[in-house]
Amino acid sequence: MSDTSNTVAFVRTETIPQMPPPAAETGAIKWMRENLFASIPNAILTLVSAYVIYSILAGVLPWIFNGVWNAQTLAECREILDGTSGACFAVLTERWPQLVFGLSYPASEYWRPSLAFVLLFFAAAPVMFFDLPRKMLIITLFYPFITYWLLWGGTVLIPILAFAGFVAGYLVYQRFVAGSFAAGFFGGVIAAMIVWYIGGFLIPDGANQNAMLRPVASRDMGGFMLNMMLGVTCVSLSIPIGIVLALGRQSSMPLIKWICVVFIEFIRGVPLITLLFVASVMLAYFFPPESSVDLFLRVVIMITMFSAAYIAEVIRGGLAALPKGQYEAADSLGLDYAQAMRLIILPQALKISIPGIVNIAVGLFKDTTLVSVISMFDIVGMIRGPILSSTDWNGVYWELLGFAALLFFVTCYGISQYSQWLERRLATDHR
Amino acid sequence: MSSITDPPQGSFRLSMLINDTRYRSLTFQAIAALILALSIWYLGNNLIQNLRQAGLNISYNFLGNPAGYDINQTLVEYTSRSTHAQAALVGILNTLLIAFLACVMATIFGVAAGVLRLSNNWLVSKLMGVYVEIFRNIPVLIWIIIIFTIMTAVMPAPRAFRGDEPEATMLLNAFAFTNRGIYVPAPIWGPGSLVVVLTFLASIVGIFAYRRYATKTLYATGRLLPTFWPSIGLFFVPTILMHFIMGQPISLDHPVLGGFNFSGGLQLGAPLIALWFALSIYTGAFIAENVRAGIQAVSKGQSEAAGALGLRSGRIMSLVVLPQALRVIIPPLISQYLNITKNSSLAIAVGYADVTATLGGITLNQTGRAIECVLLLMLFYLTISLTISGVMNVYNNSVKLKER
Repeated sequence: MSDTSNTVAFVRTETIPQMPPPAAETGAIKWMRENLFASIPNAILTLVSAYVIYSILAGVLPWIFNGVWNAQTLAECREILDGTSGACFAVLTERWPQLVFGLSYPASEYWRPSLAFVLLFFAAAPVMFFDLPRKMLIITLFYPFITYWLLWGGTVLIPILAFAGFVAGYLVYQRFVAGSFAAGFFGGVIAAMIVWYIGGFLIPDGANQNAMLRPVASRDMGGFMLNMMLGVTCVSLSIPIGIVLALGRQSSMPLIKWICVVFIEFIRGVPLITLLFVASVMLAYFFPPESSVDLFLRVVIMITMFSAAYIAEVIRGGLAALPKGQYEAADSLGLDYAQAMRLIILPQALKISIPGIVNIAVGLFKDTTLVSVISMFDIVGMIRGPILSSTDWNGVYWELLGFAALLFFVTCYGISQYSQWLERRLATDHR
Repeated sequence: MSSITDPPQGSFRLSMLINDTRYRSLTFQAIAALILALSIWYLGNNLIQNLRQAGLNISYNFLGNPAGYDINQTLVEYTSRSTHAQAALVGILNTLLIAFLACVMATIFGVAAGVLRLSNNWLVSKLMGVYVEIFRNIPVLIWIIIIFTIMTAVMPAPRAFRGDEPEATMLLNAFAFTNRGIYVPAPIWGPGSLVVVLTFLASIVGIFAYRRYATKTLYATGRLLPTFWPSIGLFFVPTILMHFIMGQPISLDHPVLGGFNFSGGLQLGAPLIALWFALSIYTGAFIAENVRAGIQAVSKGQSEAAGALGLRSGRIMSLVVLPQALRVIIPPLISQYLNITKNSSLAIAVGYADVTATLGGITLNQTGRAIECVLLLMLFYLTISLTISGVMNVYNNSVKLKER
């Protein structure tokens, strides 16, 4: 204290080099302190979750990596494992065709559904990604007919006739739509009907017997293929029906409005299982006595009605979300109802409803497993029925159920990620 | 509205049906009515012809006939000599039971997962994200089957509990997890237990009354009464006191291993457990998303404003964020409850005797009365759905933002 006066105070002349931040405030440690151990309860929570993750992985990983892929029966598989923990994935390799194509799809024809599955990607791509060349839509246009022919086989005349009907309908529609939409639409429908009716006489009897592709009955189809068929068919059929129902529900004509309201609320009020019961035991009574409509078609009808009602509600939400000015602007331009809907209202309303529609589609695809309850052999039906009850594989639960779960997870998660991407892509409100 | 149109001149022309807006909607509705009537007539005609061919008629008399099958889990008196109508009633009660249980459990799972997903803890929020994605993207039927398989194939058989060194032991000597279901202690209602139950109900009412009184005091005088400990005390103390005053009328019947199976206690069958947990975990994932969306929908400014007023974080949550979030959460929550009720019809896949399995399953197969059974089944679910959506509309109207 005394000699501070005669010593020169230390004055630093240069800046000291920058020090790294304290170890606890940087990099991984800081991140862990902030995100994992911020407080004592938080730390406990972290440890508990880490333990949960560890115990799940410790149980599952050896089981998966120790898995046996080559064996003919469960007993043989257990012999190979010799008491160690491990999965019998051999059941998947051995029963692969059954899981994917069902019990009795002819083995020589497996290439047909496989080809249809590959084509599905080409057909769906231009619909899902707008940047792709528009010419690819031609594949989408032909896809239903080609796939019908590939899956069911038989004479090629039936899909060609169906296609011809649509072409005729479209030509008539183009001819009359300038006058009024209703004239074009109903004219097109009638033209298509006429073509189909006349064409029905042109297909010779027994055309199915000596056809290029061997005919396969719908009851022979099963496995994951059946889920895909039901999902894709019903979703694509139900979107147009859903749009019509939604427009009908918004209609100012009381009768049309109430028909749509009753239909939608009725379908939404009952579980899908009861509708499938209708398909399996009741719907046959409502067809003409001499006709026999096969179960697949009846199920498609009921599931389509089911998802159409839900999609109609989603689209109604989209219609209601549009500002009233859009409707008034369309009116003030002098557009009639059909033009206003087609050019102004629906493009915007559908854009808003896309995430909802995709959600419904994912839900519907998951719900296709319910057909196993009315003894159709989709993937769950195959697992619970023929495979688990066979003497060879009696007791291989986890591999099979895990496989089915994985298939659904990959598909559904993929679709929902796509929908989120699309939502970002279509967002036009730049903020 | 000031423009005056000329009154229509001339007589009515046929083209006016299409071109005149006054008549056009009538024309369209007439066409729609015609199409509707024609299709109803067509379908009805087919139905009558088909029924005549099959030698059937529509009649509900079968409901009075003896059912002739047993139901393993019933809430009301039922034997195989009871009628089909009683079997349907048992099924309805079972449906309501599973729906209620699953709704409660799904709410717990969903709220917990939804709140934890917003947690600051990276690991926990990611874990909850994985839970939500996994359970949302796999069909509920597969979950039901997986949990049913765990219940029946993995759980030890009752005989594993026997012997001096049993392979399996009972939890707390009261709960036994077996492949025939879970055995839990059952309460025995002795004489005088009614008083205890009434005391309990009265103390619940007391808690609400006290809380209301505390709020009133707070608003009137600014004095903050403690609510947490008095509520806890009111919840337990009077009931326990009354229990001992009445001489312990309520006792527990523990499940006891006898022979090859447990006796006593309450048996929750494997199908019930499978359905209960699968529905609640599956729907819980959806509810978690609703809860998360609801909490995120409350703008950050709200909680910051509350913080600026000096509220503590607990009070910010309960007084500012939750009341606004609930408005967003509750409508989808109720529609998830509706989904649970409808999905409970999957009981038929694991053999739980709900209304789909009794009325739509065994009764239908035994009597062959497909149309009647399916119609009754739909009527039941429709009633429930319409009731719940009615309740939801009332609620929505009551919480709607009152503007102007």
